Amino acid sequence: MTEYIEYDLLIVGSGIAGLRAAIESAKQNDTLRIAVISKVQVMRSHSVSAEGGTAAVLFENEGDNMESHIYDTIKGSDFLADQDVAEKLCLEIPKEIYQLEHWGMPWSRRKDGKIAQRNFGGYSYPGATYASDKVGFFEMQTLYDTCLKFDNIEFFNEWYVTSIIHDDKKFLGVTAIEISTGAFYTIKGTALIIASGGAGRMYSYSTYALSSTPDGLDMAYRAGMALKDMEFVQFHPTGILPSGILITEGARGEGGYLLNNNGERFMKQYAAEKMELAPRDIVSRAIMTEITHNRGFIHETGVQCMQLDLRHIGDDILKEKLGAIREISFKFSNIDPAKEPLYIRPVCHYMMGGIHTNIDGATELQGVWAAGEAACNSIHGANRLGANSTSECMVWGKITANMAVNYIANAQSESQFPHHLVDAEEKRIYDGIFRGGGKMNPYEIREKLTGILNDKAYVYRKESELIDGLKKIRELRNTSWRRVDDHAQEYNTNFINVMELDSMFRVAEVILLGATYRKESRGSHARIDYPHRDDNNFLHHTLVYYDINDPIMKKHPVTITKYKPVERKY
Amino acid sequence: MAAIKIHEENDQNVKSIAADIKPKNKILFKITKFNPHVDTHMKYVDYDVEYEHWNTVLDALLMIKHKVDPSLALRYSCRQASCGSCGMMINDKPSLACFTKINELGSDVVKIEPMSNFPILRDLAVDFTQMFNTHKKLKPYIIRSDSEISQSNEIKEFSQDPDSVEKYIQFANCIKCGLCNSACPTMATDSSFMGPQALTQAYRYVSDDRDKGKNTRLKIIDERHGIWRCHFAGSCSKVCPKGVDPAMGIQFLRSYLLGFRD
Repeated sequence: MTEYIEYDLLIVGSGIAGLRAAIESAKQNDTLRIAVISKVQVMRSHSVSAEGGTAAVLFENEGDNMESHIYDTIKGSDFLADQDVAEKLCLEIPKEIYQLEHWGMPWSRRKDGKIAQRNFGGYSYPGATYASDKVGFFEMQTLYDTCLKFDNIEFFNEWYVTSIIHDDKKFLGVTAIEISTGAFYTIKGTALIIASGGAGRMYSYSTYALSSTPDGLDMAYRAGMALKDMEFVQFHPTGILPSGILITEGARGEGGYLLNNNGERFMKQYAAEKMELAPRDIVSRAIMTEITHNRGFIHETGVQCMQLDLRHIGDDILKEKLGAIREISFKFSNIDPAKEPLYIRPVCHYMMGGIHTNIDGATELQGVWAAGEAACNSIHGANRLGANSTSECMVWGKITANMAVNYIANAQSESQFPHHLVDAEEKRIYDGIFRGGGKMNPYEIREKLTGILNDKAYVYRKESELIDGLKKIRELRNTSWRRVDDHAQEYNTNFINVMELDSMFRVAEVILLGATYRKESRGSHARIDYPHRDDNNFLHHTLVYYDINDPIMKKHPVTITKYKPVERKY
Repeated sequence: MAAIKIHEENDQNVKSIAADIKPKNKILFKITKFNPHVDTHMKYVDYDVEYEHWNTVLDALLMIKHKVDPSLALRYSCRQASCGSCGMMINDKPSLACFTKINELGSDVVKIEPMSNFPILRDLAVDFTQMFNTHKKLKPYIIRSDSEISQSNEIKEFSQDPDSVEKYIQFANCIKCGLCNSACPTMATDSSFMGPQALTQAYRYVSDDRDKGKNTRLKIIDERHGIWRCHFAGSCSKVCPKGVDPAMGIQFLRSYLLGFRD
């Protein structure tokens, strides 16, 4: 049995994008009923783990300029970014930095009282705004605390959204489970903003929070929206062993070296000018190439890796500017970064792809917008620059909120609500999964799935491996994994975990399909069998649509305004 | 890592699984299981856990959930002490499971219980409603009339030098994990006490020179279940995983009310 509740605006996800959207919509209209729904509690979303910075041009009088942020972003994207979207990000973000500051963001400061910035990979100017090395955490805190000013924002902590309900023309609501009680609800709404974040837990070696699974992407995909450019997965060069926890690019921004087993700063072979601060895709490939040529190290877990040396930075600066990194190194790896190099390896960190949207964050379904990492508005193309993701969350959190508020103001009266879709969804999750009767341990199946993506669609890729990966994922999908042992109603995360696995199968397939299709090397997608970028055949986005039989793939044009694609050199 | 369920009160059903990595160390986990909607009393279930020296308590709990008892209810997310999800009592001390290494406990038995001073939802997952509501009640945001940037503003920051940031930044490190409230002896006797988490956040904003809401907040905390109930046991400061010192924040707030500071 489903219970019905109703709001004007539903926001799924309470990370930076979701909270920014909530504030903006509450500010625009204080009578709007806003529901922020998340499967985790407030302040638990993965945005809290963003460490290094938020890029913005703040000091044009000191030498930075808008043009260089725009061009750095487009060049970083290997020319797959939609150039009008990149321009929008760069123009809008400075205002967001100051707005956050006015709301209490503890940005690190210069002696003159102005906001401080640091160097980051792929930039022509040190324009990464920072708050120690806990930028995402403080942004979330500032936004969440500011949300509490508004009485028309209601938080649904630990509600798991299972599907989007629409009548083929427009959005009408979502179905969701209140985790604490196990009750199944339909939440009707006029507009929806999907801000459910990335899904990097599909990879076994990952910087992501354990909650970063593709359920948000999958509910859009199942509702008929396209997933775009999913083959582009960013591998951050420095995940610390053995946990995969992120060591911020800010560590190299503050002067850290990458060393091979000859003690050489090997980046000079790969990016002579930018060295350790080349974009992430380039640094990750360099690390894997060094490892392949036996110039790496073997960690005690048996994993091959490289060294990140911060010793010369000195304990004082480490404490002041990289306190969280110091803490992570001590705690999770038993290493004092002032005394010993860290052991690192490229690690799944970001998805450039996501739910296909236009420049305003609008999806193909009327009444639905997407913002932040869940969205693909094509700002990052084939490779995102560091410090451009938290900015994306804020800029499109705000933009989509404005769009949704306008839409709600002009919305026509409600059409017939398709109750049969709610019934079908209830059947899908309760008969299909909760009482799925599977024989295998779904957690072991998930471990296999994430291992397959890590093996077959990592930093370097090739056709035979990708096809094998696709075959293995499909075989795994056909095994008897729909097993929920816990049949309690209350706080049943076993059930949630198996639904997350269900979503992983569909989205992992899309990643592998895109990677197989794209017979070129561009940005984060490096094909050993097609080592060059091929603008003649692949200067376009890929769209994948759900189909009951096989996913359907389409091409989508890249918007090029005035920056001609050229070879990337750093 | 590997785990074997070895004993459960009222249930002699023993499940076991094979080790997937060569074990190095072995330890006994004693975990609270309790669903208040179904069970009449709490029970402890024992699990033998084999672990590596880098494993955390959260690693062990997830391994138990994934391989032995999928019904174990616990909250977790970032696994790097940033999100504040996995607070629980570990050997009687409020701690984050992801930030407690098994081998630093120095014991043969690891006792895991839900955080005290919070209502239990199930097993190790507790209800944060009251803590979040109190946090909101103390107006944890910048209060001043010009905090919204409009199109017409000249866009620039409220100037703040590094020393001014230093005054509040340690209090801004709060991850809302609830460990301080769990450790607080006053919360144990007065369930309506505002608690160290919210009071410290009130101080975080009071001590920010951009804020003008000091008097508003002082008025709110000056009540029966407010700041005066704290008797400076200091337990909150001892358990904070982020180095926040709530006892000091509360002390400072009180000195405003007593007229020692303005």
